[in-house]
Amino acid sequence: MASRYLTAALAATLALCAWPALASAHGLAGKRFFPSTLTIDDPFVADELSLPTFLHIKQPDGQVTSIAGEFSKRIFPDLGLTLAGDWNLLDPANGKTESGFGNLEMTLKYQFFTSAVHEAILSVAFGWEAGGTGRKKAGAESFDVFKPAILFGKGMGDLPEALRWLRPFAVTGIVEGVVPTRSGNKTFTLNDDGDLEVEIEKNPNVFHWGFAVMYSLPYLQSFVKDMGLPAVINRLIPLVEIDINNPLDRGFAGKTAGTVNPGIIWAGKYFQLGLEAVVPINERTGKNVGIRGQIHFFLDDLFPTTIGRPLFNW
Amino acid sequence: MRSLGAAAALAALLLGAGVAWGHAFLERAEPRVGSTVKAAPSQVRVWFTEAIEPAFSTLEVVNQVGDRVDRGPARVDAASPAVLQVPLKPLGPGTYRVKWRVLSVDTHVTEGDFTFRVADGP
Repeated sequence: MASRYLTAALAATLALCAWPALASAHGLAGKRFFPSTLTIDDPFVADELSLPTFLHIKQPDGQVTSIAGEFSKRIFPDLGLTLAGDWNLLDPANGKTESGFGNLEMTLKYQFFTSAVHEAILSVAFGWEAGGTGRKKAGAESFDVFKPAILFGKGMGDLPEALRWLRPFAVTGIVEGVVPTRSGNKTFTLNDDGDLEVEIEKNPNVFHWGFAVMYSLPYLQSFVKDMGLPAVINRLIPLVEIDINNPLDRGFAGKTAGTVNPGIIWAGKYFQLGLEAVVPINERTGKNVGIRGQIHFFLDDLFPTTIGRPLFNW
Repeated sequence: MRSLGAAAALAALLLGAGVAWGHAFLERAEPRVGSTVKAAPSQVRVWFTEAIEPAFSTLEVVNQVGDRVDRGPARVDAASPAVLQVPLKPLGPGTYRVKWRVLSVDTHVTEGDFTFRVADGP
């Protein structure tokens, strides 16, 4: 299973890196720089690498530790492909600890609208979680999951002068369908009497949505008012991310789960660092606060003449 | 130990000097972004985070009705390739907008604007 995962990841990565290319730009709409958020997907297409994204949280059915990586590559200036994977350590409340790779996920994203004046971005994406590429005991499903999505980003730089202190605010968000290709998993076991028992685990369709609200101190410094902030502080972007899953059917309708994720991003020239608390919104999601951290590299700035450019500049 | 070595090599590759350039973002300006100055400045200077290409970089200053008040074109400081500057016509009291659009040496384009105010009276 792991070898299939690695082979697929390696082949896709090599295919993406092997091509020369011509153009540039990352997370920008006019003068707005959108950082890469830690919890929800970004609305923009870019050449970037998140490695690692670390998550640790105690959930109702056990403790989860995850180390994830995500490589985004522009094929055309506004069309990009993202390859993502994770390694999970599951420590269930009842049962033995398991670890292994999750399923490989690929997402094609098209940024079809960008307004420099209004600092706005719109994009559509289609994600494919390849079932069976990860380890089942580590939580990877054996079936494919499709994820069509609409994503947006909006900076508040077009607010009137009287509201200039609000201009550093920005919001990004996602509205996504999570569509499993199998409605349920059947598990066959023999009970103590030797009779065959069939257990069916339902896989609901899920309406996933989320947004991030951020206040950019770099934007404040560069475009609104030079506050004389010291060197590290002037690169900080405090934010709150909301991430919600609404199951729609198969016995799970109404069983909403989600997290509120307050945190901070430091954005440098070539990479950014992010740290967030992961706060469950209800007991179904959990009772304990987790933590998420990320190192994110801007490949277009690190390697502007090679892998930091679109494959084709059409 | 082997994984530590691999991590160090990756870090060196990604962060190493000589392979990377960034977008040119505004680092500071004179007059300062959003400031009020008592005496009218004779020029605007903008410091960027990266060296910029003079031929493809602009810096303009306009008054409240949108008329140019600079004596452009802007030029890159000969001693500092990350500084763009433009001389100004004599300015009266009022609010002025500085608009810039630059091309960094690795061909990334960035743009932005900010205001400063020249105070009334002495």
